[in-house]
Amino acid sequence: MAPSPSAAPLAMLRAQTALELRLTLRRGESVLVTLVLPVLLLVFFSAVAVRGPSAGGEAALPGLGAALGRRPVDTLLPGVLALAVMSTGMVSLGIATAYERHYGVLKRLGGSPLPRPALLGAKILSVLALELGQVVLLLGVAAVLGWRPEVTAPRLALAAGALLLGTAAFGGLGLWMAGSWRAEATLAGANGLYLVLLLLGGVIVPVESLPVPWGSLAALLPSAALAGVLRFALDWRPGPQSALLDFTLLCLWAILAPLLAARTFRWE
Amino acid sequence: MGAAIAVEGVTKRYGGRAVVQDLSFQVRCGEVFALLGPNGAGKTTTVEMLEGYRAPDGGRVRVLGLDPVHQGAALKPRLGLMLQQGGIYPQIRPLEALRLFAAFYSRPEDPRALLEQVGLEKAAGVRYRRLSGGQKQRLALALALVGRPELVFLDEPTAGMDPQARRVTWGIIRGLQRRGVTVLLTTHSMDEAEHLAGRVAIINRGRLVALDTPAALGQAGQGGTGLRFRAPSGLDTGALAGALADLTAPPPAVQELEPGHYAVAAPPTPTLLARLTAWLSARDVLLTELRVGGGTLEEVYLRLTGEDGELGGR
Repeated sequence: MAPSPSAAPLAMLRAQTALELRLTLRRGESVLVTLVLPVLLLVFFSAVAVRGPSAGGEAALPGLGAALGRRPVDTLLPGVLALAVMSTGMVSLGIATAYERHYGVLKRLGGSPLPRPALLGAKILSVLALELGQVVLLLGVAAVLGWRPEVTAPRLALAAGALLLGTAAFGGLGLWMAGSWRAEATLAGANGLYLVLLLLGGVIVPVESLPVPWGSLAALLPSAALAGVLRFALDWRPGPQSALLDFTLLCLWAILAPLLAARTFRWE
Repeated sequence: MGAAIAVEGVTKRYGGRAVVQDLSFQVRCGEVFALLGPNGAGKTTTVEMLEGYRAPDGGRVRVLGLDPVHQGAALKPRLGLMLQQGGIYPQIRPLEALRLFAAFYSRPEDPRALLEQVGLEKAAGVRYRRLSGGQKQRLALALALVGRPELVFLDEPTAGMDPQARRVTWGIIRGLQRRGVTVLLTTHSMDEAEHLAGRVAIINRGRLVALDTPAALGQAGQGGTGLRFRAPSGLDTGALAGALADLTAPPPAVQELEPGHYAVAAPPTPTLLARLTAWLSARDVLLTELRVGGGTLEEVYLRLTGEDGELGGR
């Protein structure tokens, strides 16, 4: 047998991952939604709460302020981290993949020696790399805003696990849209869902502070589940029972969403 | 040498409608082979079955001896392909795209040299979506070649190219042939098929209607010998026929097939040519093209695909 004319799988994976990451950072709208927006929201709501209209009063927005003498950033950070995962896994990955399908990029890559698992692996790795950047950036900004972590190693591990599960859940949702909807529909759907979940999904405003019938429904959303586990891990709130429920829900979403995507994905 | 591509009695249906019907042909190793046919004839469907994108509903397809659908992993590193729709990231830069694809093969071409070869060295850093149509096509061609393939599929490689880009592309395809690379290309352009292909398969409505060398197809189309020329339209064909009348037993018929295109149905002899040019010269008319022999591939193509298409309706 002649030596294989294709490169080693690991070399292909490396090249494809580097490219995915470069292209993501080259797309202005992707940088806006994954890096600029979460930082802006963190800074804005921290500032609004600190210098609220009633001088000296901290709780300008109900549920955002420091309820128990906490800094606003303590309450905000877990939700904004959840938002970061949503923006990368669902919005950026979903829309990019939808357009790759639309423009026949996925088809063309399918005709190259790059195996499909390597393509999927490259997408996962580039999402994780971007999320690592987001986390570092957001923690840095939070520290500037006065966030002082009082977390133990197990809780940090829980937070990391939650971020990974959230990535699976939102990445699954993004790829589900990308693989079965038209590109324009995915663009509208992912951005729209992002906005709805940002406002009503228990991310910035905890579900307890949402209007009554919606609040209990919103608690079932992956955004609320992820934000809930992160709040428990980083901010010691709410209680362990609630966190366990959130964690269970998050696991469920992390299994169901990728399964849905795998079942419905069409490459052309 | 064996067959690079074997298509045996292949049928493909989309929702009950047969797009390819009982199609059979072989492409030899090292050959440039053109699939010619109108839109919707089944060219792209055929190529996509060879590329492994679709499985035939009936019959058998072998590419380099392998089944493209089930042995794709072994086959793909040996193929180069250019889809009709580019399939390239809108934000990628040409050099970057070539480097990416180069990383998929064990002994790729040098991306920069290849970029130069397709004439894109000045556009190396321009985002794909800002390239012109012809530049996009040339990048897609370069991506098909970067892995040093044994067999290349080019689906309408020169569609949307200006004449200069087309010339560059034709040069590259001839270069491939010199290096022994097998090429299967689809095209609407008879000109392209005649210039590049060793053999041409004309398909219409999913069926093979002719398969031969361009020259043989052209001869067959005219059903005999004759002489074609181009000159200003509106010449007095009756007078010309009269001037040639004594050369053949039944006087040769002279026809203006379409404005400015004339056919003389007589065996082409030096005397006939001398007479023709003398007659034109006497009228101060310039001959702009002269062709000895049968019709062109274009006429065969139009005859084989046109009538059938009209009869079939929609």
